[in-house]
Amino acid sequence: MAVATKKKTTTKRVTKKKGFTKETYLQWYEIMLRVRRFEERALMAYSQQKIRGFCHVYIGQEAITAGMVSALTPEDKVVTAYRQHGIALSRGLTSRACMAELYGKATGCVEGKGGSMHFFSKELNYFGGNGIVGAQIPIGTGIGFAEKYRGTKNIAVTMFGDGAARQGALYESFNMAMAWNLPVLYICENNGYAMGTSVQRTSNVTEIHQVGDAFNMPNEAVDGMSPESVHEALQRAADHIRAGKGPYFLEIKTYRYRGHSVSDPAKYRTKEELESYKQLDPLVVTEEKIINDKIATQDEIDAIKAKIKEEIEDAAEFAENSPLPDPSELYTHNYVQEDYPFIRD
Amino acid sequence: MGRVITLRQALGEAMSEEMRRDPDVFLMGEEVAQYNGAYKVSKGMLDEFGPERVIDTPIAELGFAGIGVGAAMNGLRPIVEFMTWNFAILAFDQIVNNAAKTLSQSAGQFNCPIVFRGPSGSAGQLAQQHSQTFESWMANTPGLKVISITDPKDAKGLLKSAIRDDDPICFMESEQLYGLKGEVPEEEYLTPIGKAAIRREGTDVTLVSFNKMMEVTKAAAEELAKDGISAEVIDLRTIRPLDHETIVNSVKKTNRLVVIDECWPFAGVSAEIAYEIQKYAFDYLDAPVTRVNSADTSLPYAAPFVDEYLPTPTKVIQAVKAVMYR
Repeated sequence: MAVATKKKTTTKRVTKKKGFTKETYLQWYEIMLRVRRFEERALMAYSQQKIRGFCHVYIGQEAITAGMVSALTPEDKVVTAYRQHGIALSRGLTSRACMAELYGKATGCVEGKGGSMHFFSKELNYFGGNGIVGAQIPIGTGIGFAEKYRGTKNIAVTMFGDGAARQGALYESFNMAMAWNLPVLYICENNGYAMGTSVQRTSNVTEIHQVGDAFNMPNEAVDGMSPESVHEALQRAADHIRAGKGPYFLEIKTYRYRGHSVSDPAKYRTKEELESYKQLDPLVVTEEKIINDKIATQDEIDAIKAKIKEEIEDAAEFAENSPLPDPSELYTHNYVQEDYPFIRD
Repeated sequence: MGRVITLRQALGEAMSEEMRRDPDVFLMGEEVAQYNGAYKVSKGMLDEFGPERVIDTPIAELGFAGIGVGAAMNGLRPIVEFMTWNFAILAFDQIVNNAAKTLSQSAGQFNCPIVFRGPSGSAGQLAQQHSQTFESWMANTPGLKVISITDPKDAKGLLKSAIRDDDPICFMESEQLYGLKGEVPEEEYLTPIGKAAIRREGTDVTLVSFNKMMEVTKAAAEELAKDGISAEVIDLRTIRPLDHETIVNSVKKTNRLVVIDECWPFAGVSAEIAYEIQKYAFDYLDAPVTRVNSADTSLPYAAPFVDEYLPTPTKVIQAVKAVMYR
């Protein structure tokens, strides 16, 4: 992974001022701040051993959630991988339900059954975080298949990382999605590393979006540190798909500030590289833009900060005070059939 | 009034009837549409239902199984045909990691009403990679139900039940039985999942089997009858959940059990049944539970290997005589 520069040749950074409204900017700022603070609080709870198991945080990649809230409709379906807290929050899952899930509590979004990797909400059209790298790519393709089958205008947003882009499941899915003209938006969140292996070390094709060319799938690279760029790319892709023109592939180039998971010290990259990306921090840059361009006042920004601070504290307190699931719930949700005869000896 | 039709016709009728009944049901797989099915199970379905609902896929088992899972999570009821379960190994990630676990992971929010179907087991001299039996593999996984059929009437009723079931189902057929004929009712019916069938009543020994080993077992029972041994023959029909009760009740009557199972012996269906019987019918047993499985080897090509590898009526008769101490 190269050191980030302000001017990238391979991505489209919005330079001219587009007419994003104050509401959009504040919406972006709020979701990005919610994700950042949620993840920071989760890391603290993890260090206190209140959260266990694997925990992959989203810090650094928040600009993608901004585009998700402004460019998609609530009826669009979303499925993603295990680095999913931010995506779930962007679909409207509450900080309380998500934090309680990390704590393994009965009040969690999946009642303590999924943990960090598996949030779901049928009501919010969130088809979950998948723990098997790339397995959600065919699933998202099937979600899109069902939308087309029923003749809706909804999009199946299918998200995965740069590591998953090397799985065979992607090739099979891209092929069938194009052959059958399915309404699927594929998003590769390229944060530079498949766990500890850089994109450059996983393939000779380092511009991952170009994989779409093999299937004649429209594709582009997107500056993933910029909410404006992410929004515009998602909008372009969504318009294409809703017009019935079939799949679209966005490679959103982003960066995670933390390791792959909480147990990863990320020694495979330099401090200089990390610092260079922090200069592009979407939260900092967006806040500066809002103030400098007088999109909103400092008071309005401070009000959002206070709201999120309170929300995250409340979520942690809620998680802390919630009951653990009853052990008997082990036998629920394995089958829809209520009287399934489990072997119990 | 019944009609005599083949197993492949019975399975095709089941799918067609359910597709007429429910527009959310569709069929996808390799060669299911224009080719009319690799084994002609879906013959005529493309003509009736069109290419939106009878869908030829590329050779991409992982991909189309996953598309089926996603479509099922999003409200449809897919039937995914594998040309053979041997090829479904490529799709096990989607069957085991997703179809079986989505309900649990989502705490009941997303179920996966999907049927994965195709032939399981050996089918002549097809050599190592095309001769495997998958009931044990799939039945090991909580979240899945496993059905394995032989009789055309039951096959139709069970496939219809499977398509209507809200849980993911692995449905096992047999290349060598698709031409098997049997009487099938004219009127609509469903066969319940999870219930074994007693195919022949007997008093001296219980023989339990499923899928095409039922033919071997029934042939052995005929021979044993000539020798004065009365065998009760049970067709499991559903592997998971297993109908322990029917087996236990039979063993309480016969006091002897031989399981005929084309799966490999290690941790297989026969091993599970043996465990259940020693636990719940221990005091009724007059001999150790015995099993006749495929050999604990891969199956090579040449003809002598096939006979050596598979359960045969002769091997079943030997096993029965051993538990009868004759």
